[in-house]
Amino acid sequence: MRIAVLLNMVPDLVEELEIDSTGKALDTQWMRYVISESDDHALEQALLLKDRHGASVSVLAMDYGDADQVLYAALARGADEAVNLTGIPETGLGKRAAAATFKEALGGIRPDLILAGVQAIDDLDAHVAGMLGGMMALPYVGVTRSVEPSGEGKVLVQKEYPGGAAAEIEVTLPAVVGVLSAPQPPRYVPVARIREVMKTRTLDKREAVAVAVPAEPAVIRLFKPEPAEHAQMLDGSPEELAGQIIKILEDRGLAP
Amino acid sequence: MSPAGQDVWVHIEHLRGKVAGHTYELLGKGREIADALGGQLIAVLVGNEVQPLAETLAADGVLYVEDAGLAEYTPGSHAAVIRALVEKEAPRVVLFGATSMGMDLAAVLAAVLERPLIVNCVNLQVRDGRTVATSQMCGGKLLCEAEASGPVVVTVMPGSFPSEAGLAKSPPPVEVVPMPAPLEAVGMRAIRILEPEPGDVDITKSAVLVAVGRGIQRQDNIPLAEELAGALGGTVCASRPVVDQGWLPMSRQVGKSGMIVKPKLYLALGISGAPEHAEGMKDSDLIIAVNSDAKAPIFDIADYGIVIDMYDLLPALTQALRGRRA
Ligand SMILES: Cc1cc2nc3c(=O)[nH]c(=O)nc-3n(C[C@H](O)[C@H](O)[C@H](O)COP(=O)(O)OP(=O)(O)OC[C@H]3O[C@@H](n4cnc5c(N)ncnc54)[C@H](O)[C@@H]3O)c2cc1C
Repeated sequence: MRIAVLLNMVPDLVEELEIDSTGKALDTQWMRYVISESDDHALEQALLLKDRHGASVSVLAMDYGDADQVLYAALARGADEAVNLTGIPETGLGKRAAAATFKEALGGIRPDLILAGVQAIDDLDAHVAGMLGGMMALPYVGVTRSVEPSGEGKVLVQKEYPGGAAAEIEVTLPAVVGVLSAPQPPRYVPVARIREVMKTRTLDKREAVAVAVPAEPAVIRLFKPEPAEHAQMLDGSPEELAGQIIKILEDRGLAP
Repeated sequence: MSPAGQDVWVHIEHLRGKVAGHTYELLGKGREIADALGGQLIAVLVGNEVQPLAETLAADGVLYVEDAGLAEYTPGSHAAVIRALVEKEAPRVVLFGATSMGMDLAAVLAAVLERPLIVNCVNLQVRDGRTVATSQMCGGKLLCEAEASGPVVVTVMPGSFPSEAGLAKSPPPVEVVPMPAPLEAVGMRAIRILEPEPGDVDITKSAVLVAVGRGIQRQDNIPLAEELAGALGGTVCASRPVVDQGWLPMSRQVGKSGMIVKPKLYLALGISGAPEHAEGMKDSDLIIAVNSDAKAPIFDIADYGIVIDMYDLLPALTQALRGRRA
């Protein structure tokens, strides 16, 4: 099975997010990008399929943020090929444009299965995988927690429902799957191994084809929420804080 | 359906013969939007032998598509049907829940219909004839206001709007629509529903929950939370990353894909308060949040907040509670 995994770079939420002078976009100047969490799980899902059943795994990312680093890490984790799509604006693309760009790039790979995270946190139209499924007219199932081969040319996916339930859906390949989690956490590779890979392997750099996308929503403003209600903040030493918490619980009859 | 293409459609999500609760929120909000646009509010119900569900839906009309092949939800079959309906009737706004089902359908439809997609919307208005949506982004740290002047597909975060206005006082008119799309080509079929694995405890029944998030950092630290829960007479639950790491079973997960809880006390330790987590716990009676980041969104839904490294607080709190008991 040929698997393609699509990776999106998103803002690192550990850092402070700043809005740029237009008031409509994130200020990317000092922003740190990380791999989108569910894309990381999509990669793990692909590598698990490779480990257990044999598959080739091509990983595609767009050349902004630390995409190089993330692609080398993917090779170190076990991917067979890493494609860096160049010529992308430094701030990245909206997710619809990203889906269209990935679609063009996938033409040369012709995967049986395309895996991507079900959602990226930084866009209004966050669902790259689902939009790609629609654009490519391929079967699409999102919010999955497991993908397994199921007979010739098919996979069995577990799609999550609320409350811990799931649906088992059999999907005919080629198909696109929007991964929420892999059955196991993304594997760790030591930095030394990534460095080694950086010396011995090369990224396949390909010029991205600029694709016009249909109507996208127009951003009016991006802003930090001002909550109507904010928590009453407690302060003090750990012991004083413990005392304050217990007092609150006592007042509500919740103290044990 | 009004000819001007100003109608607002709401996808009626249902599972095991029950309408999903957020659907009524969408209908309530959809009514406001339809009125402002001068269109009708139409509920779109797709399934097999589920027509009775239409009775509770507050809408000007229900489009009902029934087929044995639609008995179990698959994104392929349901998207094919809704796509065909939208292509024919051209509604202005199509609303889905930002749920496991709605996310699938909205993304595929927006792509094939070449309509803008706006996801995780928490507020929706009509301004100068345009649809304006406010969406949560970046784990709840940002909001984005965006507009679409023409047709648009929107997913709405459950819990964003009141549900009362979406509940019908009298049954709406139902139009039974013949299958508008063949299902042979959708390339998928539902096999079965997997029930959640029974957990050791049912966190929805616990009055006191000590919830741990990624801030717990390591599996070895879970016992610290368990000790605190023990001292409080409560139970440990978790955010998704903790469960994804395999540190706690799925039955302990709170949020969109986990459990919805409403304990008397929810003590959130090292949880950022992402919308998908908040969905599962924001209606708790008392929320106390402990986080090292003063700007964590959890403080916007908590009653009390403490900015501290949880490892400084945890031992002191457990000890103080034990001291009371002794
Ligand atoms: C379709 C879908 C469904 C989802 N379903 C769920 C769900 O059911 N439940 C769920 O929880 N999530 C769900 N998520 C994931 C959700 O979007 C967030 O990623 C998740 O809730 C984040 O968990 P967290 O708060 O533990 O981690 P993070 O967001 O990483 O936050 C960790 C927090 O810990 C704090 N911290 C770190 N160290 C310390 C310390 N020593 N002391 C104190 N604080 C510290 C940090 O400041 C930070 O605020 C879902 C996502 C999607 C796309």
